[in-house]
Amino acid sequence: MEVMDKDWTALLLRVRDHQDRAAFGALFTHFAPRIKGFLMKSGSSASASEDCAQDVMATVWHKAHLFDPSRASVATWVFTIARNRRIDVIRKERRPEPEDLPWGPQATLDQGEALIIAQENDSLAAAIATLPQNQRALIERAFFADLSHAQLMQETGLPLGTIKSRIRLALERLRHKMMQ
Amino acid sequence: MSINHHLSEGLILAYAAGSLPEAYSLIAAAHISMCDDCRAAATAYEALGGAVIDDGDSAALCQDSLAKTFARISAPALGLPVVVTPKAPSVLPAPLQDYLGARLEDVKWRNVGMGVRQCVLKTKGSQTARLLHIPAGTAVPDHGHGGLELTLVLKGAFSDKTGRFGVGDVEVADQSVEHTPVADPDMDCICLAVTDAPLRFKSFLLRALQPFFGI
Repeated sequence: MEVMDKDWTALLLRVRDHQDRAAFGALFTHFAPRIKGFLMKSGSSASASEDCAQDVMATVWHKAHLFDPSRASVATWVFTIARNRRIDVIRKERRPEPEDLPWGPQATLDQGEALIIAQENDSLAAAIATLPQNQRALIERAFFADLSHAQLMQETGLPLGTIKSRIRLALERLRHKMMQ
Repeated sequence: MSINHHLSEGLILAYAAGSLPEAYSLIAAAHISMCDDCRAAATAYEALGGAVIDDGDSAALCQDSLAKTFARISAPALGLPVVVTPKAPSVLPAPLQDYLGARLEDVKWRNVGMGVRQCVLKTKGSQTARLLHIPAGTAVPDHGHGGLELTLVLKGAFSDKTGRFGVGDVEVADQSVEHTPVADPDMDCICLAVTDAPLRFKSFLLRALQPFFGI
């Protein structure tokens, strides 16, 4: 049976630091079926989605050293990999990425700040989980490329404003550190 | 950098979700490179994407899925967001340097009239991304965009009847906006402009972006 509040970050760090196959297996069991579900809802066939989900999880293993828990939750990081693979493999387009900020050892977030961002991520996930089914479906459709419903995002009462201002503050601090 | 004109929430969401056409994604990435507000918004929407996946429906995997994935792990990794860093100090943000594959001084400009020059960037899809070089004090000739037009200022500034746009500002104009941008009198203006072919707009973008602009 699946444990709901597994510490995905700790598992991913075990993959990163110890090439821990059991930890990877736990991440796989949770995320791979969800990635496949996401891709199938986005209009891909079951076999293409299976292939892409394996691909995404292999990338998770390979690039675990680039995962920074102060920047994103494991779910968010996995989402961005799946999104990019969908654009690359299924739409066959490039994905222009913004210029990276020099995050890293020289300019990391405070521990406390990272924790706050992690908590905002958690509360966002919790807020989605408690939404009525029809509202949840609208948000999901925005991510499954059915944009005509996206405007309704504004009316769901999700705590997006809070997470945005938290990230904004963190960026300000980062810029400030970079100028020192 | 003081930025007054931003991407719409709808465009940021669509960029984070990965559903924008490539040329619009390019201008979104370029603006986000320059604008912390929009970067924060895009990051928040990515967190929302993570929550949606985490909370979303699972699809049953093939029986040997994990074993096959371990077999793949010896193969080269794919799909991770490429870390884009600027190659050299430039008015062009890194994603644009990447697409241009040249320094701004080496761009092969083409005259489009009235002293205005352009360089079209290679993107997939029916949209066109172009760099525009507008001499100081010059008005951009009517270029008759049929659909959504996004314009990001990289150097200098321009004004039209909707306002003044400086470095980092992005103008979001639908086809109902008739505007004649004029570069500031004291400096040449360099912009990235992305337009959609009018016919294409009717099929995809009108459907996709209509709600965000109320048109």
